Amino acid sequence: MVKAFATLLIHFALLTAAPPLLLGVINKTKAWFAGRRGPPLLQAYYDLARLFRKEMVFSRTTTWVFRAGPVVGVSAALLAGLLVPFGAFDAPVAFTGDLVLFAYLMALGRFFTTAAALDTGSAFEGMGAAREVSFASLAEAALFMAFVVLVRFSGSLSLTPMFHAPMTAPLHGLPGAAVFLVAVALFVVLLAENARVPVDDPNTHLELTMIHEAMVLDHSGPLFGLILYGAAVKLFLLSALLLHLLLPFSLGAPLLDWLLFVAGLGAIAVGIGVVESIMARLRLRYVPSLLIASAILCVFGFFLTLA
Amino acid sequence: MLRLYSVNLVLVGVLLLNLFMLGTSRIRGLIQAAALQGVALAAILLLMADPIGWNTALLAIATVVLKSSVIPRMLRRALREAQIKREVEPLIGFAPTMLLGALGTLLSLAFASGLPLVPQHQELLIVPASFSTVVTGFLLLTTRIKAITQAIGYLVLENGIFIFGMLLVDAMPFLVEIGVLLDVFVGIFVVSIIIHHIQREFASLDTRHLASLKE
Amino acid sequence: MYLDLCLVAILLTAVSGVPGLGFGRRSAVGQGIASLLLVAGALLGAATALVALTSGTIETSSFCGALPELALHLRLDPLAAFFLVPVYVLGAAGTLYGGRYWRQAEHPENGRKLRLCFGLLIASLAAVALAADGFAFLFAWEISALSAFFLMTTEDDQSEVQQAGWVYQVAMHAGTLALFALFGLLWAATGSLEFHPLPAGASRPGVTSVLFLLALLGFGLKAGIVPLHFWLPAAHASAPSHVSALLSGVVLKMGIYGLLRILTLLPTPPTAVGMGLLAVGAGSAVYGVLFALGQHDLKRLLAYHSVENIGIIVMGLGLALIGVSAKQPAWAALGLAGCLLHVWNHALFKALLFLAAGSVVHGAGTREIDRLGGLAKPMAHTASLFAIGAAAICGLPPLNGFVSELLIYLGLLRINGDGIRGAWSVAPLTIPLLAMAGALAIACFVKAFGSVFLGPHRSEQAARAHEAPSGMLLAMLALALGCIGIGALPVFVMPALDRVIETWVRLDSPPPPLAELVPWPPLMGINAVLVVGALGFALLVRSRSRRGTPAQTVTWDCGYARPGSSMAYTASSFAQILVGLYAWLLRPRSLGAVPSQLFPPAGSFHTRVPEQVVEGVLAPLWAGFRRTLIPLRAVQHGQIQQYLVYVLVTLCVLLASLHPLGDILLRMLGW
Repeated sequence: MVKAFATLLIHFALLTAAPPLLLGVINKTKAWFAGRRGPPLLQAYYDLARLFRKEMVFSRTTTWVFRAGPVVGVSAALLAGLLVPFGAFDAPVAFTGDLVLFAYLMALGRFFTTAAALDTGSAFEGMGAAREVSFASLAEAALFMAFVVLVRFSGSLSLTPMFHAPMTAPLHGLPGAAVFLVAVALFVVLLAENARVPVDDPNTHLELTMIHEAMVLDHSGPLFGLILYGAAVKLFLLSALLLHLLLPFSLGAPLLDWLLFVAGLGAIAVGIGVVESIMARLRLRYVPSLLIASAILCVFGFFLTLA
Repeated sequence: MLRLYSVNLVLVGVLLLNLFMLGTSRIRGLIQAAALQGVALAAILLLMADPIGWNTALLAIATVVLKSSVIPRMLRRALREAQIKREVEPLIGFAPTMLLGALGTLLSLAFASGLPLVPQHQELLIVPASFSTVVTGFLLLTTRIKAITQAIGYLVLENGIFIFGMLLVDAMPFLVEIGVLLDVFVGIFVVSIIIHHIQREFASLDTRHLASLKE
Repeated sequence: MYLDLCLVAILLTAVSGVPGLGFGRRSAVGQGIASLLLVAGALLGAATALVALTSGTIETSSFCGALPELALHLRLDPLAAFFLVPVYVLGAAGTLYGGRYWRQAEHPENGRKLRLCFGLLIASLAAVALAADGFAFLFAWEISALSAFFLMTTEDDQSEVQQAGWVYQVAMHAGTLALFALFGLLWAATGSLEFHPLPAGASRPGVTSVLFLLALLGFGLKAGIVPLHFWLPAAHASAPSHVSALLSGVVLKMGIYGLLRILTLLPTPPTAVGMGLLAVGAGSAVYGVLFALGQHDLKRLLAYHSVENIGIIVMGLGLALIGVSAKQPAWAALGLAGCLLHVWNHALFKALLFLAAGSVVHGAGTREIDRLGGLAKPMAHTASLFAIGAAAICGLPPLNGFVSELLIYLGLLRINGDGIRGAWSVAPLTIPLLAMAGALAIACFVKAFGSVFLGPHRSEQAARAHEAPSGMLLAMLALALGCIGIGALPVFVMPALDRVIETWVRLDSPPPPLAELVPWPPLMGINAVLVVGALGFALLVRSRSRRGTPAQTVTWDCGYARPGSSMAYTASSFAQILVGLYAWLLRPRSLGAVPSQLFPPAGSFHTRVPEQVVEGVLAPLWAGFRRTLIPLRAVQHGQIQQYLVYVLVTLCVLLASLHPLGDILLRMLGW
């Protein structure tokens, strides 16, 4: 009983407090690759605090949708976090079909953030929104195909048993290869949904090359802070899901499992940083091919599990 | 016997009127001939019915009024408003038309002699006269150009059908005969409206202009 | 008792438009009477159907006509009652809306005809649902098709409306022909026109397949399953908006009802049938939404989304058939529940969207998305209602679209995860297609909502727009409340679905109730927390901005100081990436020249995504047909006299056939 309550508490604490730390790790990794010292690990927290203190400026063209975008995005992301299992522990809320709810909560956030981008009537934000929804359609297909393979592998329809299955089920043979393929595809989806290289460059200052950054140009103050925070939470959740496929084992003791989880997330963040440093961004017209390829990988995995 | 003989006489008169209508070149003449046919029809009706009941008398009076008075008046008014040349224009010439009409009459005579008629009707010329009138009506419809002549052709056609109905004057319900009359009346009414519109649209009653509407 | 009440409702709605014919063109009394009668009949019908549905009664009745084979049999069972509800609900909403949208004073020449046909359409659709034999079904079917035709060609002074009407007529009559063949074959197989299940083993093999294919053709043309959807976009776009709402919301669903009814008469299908329907549904969904992305006419866009949603409904039906073939009651229950609930949900949110589009047309005067923009400021209520409809159609929680899509997802995932192997194991490959259709729908509705209501005004008309009158808003609000209600409290709809599933799914083990198959409490809990959480964050943001009024300025746009309305992303530009990606399917055409001279004159550029089946398949076929028939044109020369000669010759030939010619000649010679 106490254990369950403690697990819930830690889950909640990590969900709300840990995401900006991931951004710091990624930036530190990129800086190290470039031979720089880079911003402090907690820079994202300082940014958020600064933004929350600032005043907001609204464009005269905007309506209530502009304010709703970041608000719904953050709420949906945090709520989705309740469905994701962290490490070897169960998610606070788990029921049959919660994987569908997970994906559609992300979609809800995307609907409102892109609508908010169109609300400003700016050319750049419209462009970013158009790209975001176009690539997201393919990323959703790949994500669902990955879920289908995992459902088949685990025999269960809830996120918690699905992602805990590689821990208990044997990974040798064809089904294990399927899990590996799914892991690769999930990594690509993670990069696409969170606007990381090779799909989008978060550091670019050319609006014509942005996707996500261009969508949020007009937000300011606390709303902008919510946008950044929501994006960090999304990155955190998808990394947590991916971690189950990369480190499918439990150490036994709860404390060690939590430490393993945190360390694993850090490792994924470092991995993202490495990928961002060694690759250039893909030309936008090749991004669909990348996403379709990851979906096809999952289809291969599906047929492997059928065997 | 006298009755039958006088019926045949009137029917011969109807046949002669048919030939006249095919040969005349004046529209007023056509209309008068059609009106006269109407009177003949009423006469046949009164002669055929035995005994003459009040409904037969009513029918005869209605026939005379409609076919000899009202309808010719409508046609004359349409003719006046159309302000056209009062001449009939045939497609294939008067002589060929009359020859065709005569041929049609002969064929109808031959055809009628082969039909299984009731004994009291076998000596009568009703069937040949009716077919002949129908053929005349058709000829007027197909070989004349002006819309008014076609209306008269339709009238003659209906006369032919009316004559055929004489065979059944004892058996046919009153309503059907009245219906036939109504049919003719309405038809001519509509046609006179159409004539007015054709005149307005094409500035002539030449029905060949109507071919331009086919697209 | 319920059946009699339903008949009273049908009668009320059928005659609702008739009194209006007696009043003159300028009088509004006829409209008031029609609205009153129709709303009364619709409320009575909807209430009766709901009560009959939840109690699960089955009632039959028959009316004898002149011939014993042509008696009219009626049956009210849960399936029929289920489809009666949206017919009446949308009828009432449409009438309420039409009271202000199509006022008699503003449309004297076609207002009375519109209301007459509206009432007839609702009554005939209800009669289709209640019909229990082939004759009554076809009778009501034809009346509904004809009244829908007259409704959609209300503004037939426009050539595009006329063309849409003709294409609709061709499609509907082709479908009805298939249905005639279907019922004829059924009569031959069972010996009567009544809806009795086919006796097992009595008919030759292959007859069942032919029956199913005929049903698919006939009902597919009505429902708009790809590739039989070609009449849909033009028809729904040309009709007045409250008629489009009815057409998209219930008339299409009658095709689905027909399929469901025929399937109750046929024996258990092989797995291939369910898989085929699943594949057709998935393809239809993706096809519909891709074509919707290419449209820049608001109502055509919504019409293509109807194609997509019918695809989703057919997916649920295919899933239910797979469940029946595989003898898995859970799969069948989930599939059928998803199919049926999506019928209701689509009726609600599509009608809401069409009514909102009508409000836009009423306020701004145009349907062209690229000429609108910024309508959320003058038309705030319409914008909010459209946003609710858009979120619902994309299947976003906490609204009703998510519930029905979740049911279908759960069914497909269970095929995947239950571990029962068979030919259906590849069915889960349609799950990413459904997900992609959902994501593309989000793209399309962000485009539509953003370009119409958000951003700057793109034209004078948009700048001068005004809000819709309260009657229209009230109708839309009622539908939006329905969407929110089913989304927030789906448990209340489950008993109705369970009743229909019990009667339709006939397996050895009864299907479990939906409360066991779907975890409603956690779902509703998450929805509640979502709403509360969003409100909480909104209040947080507001409290931060309470200190003084927040500053207002022009859009920052990376420092460009003079933003104009022509700089905002248009709907066509928004969709350009996806249209380009799928250009091999959509084949967009562009017209307009790039200015090339030194001082170029005013230029224009126009893109369109043509309706592929009509322009790519049917039009060339028809042109080829015409070319082969050209020689026969010589007969059609327009000369009345020659036509009469044809009649005379025919008459003579007929007379001669009665009487041998030889005899005539002999008589002539001997006479």
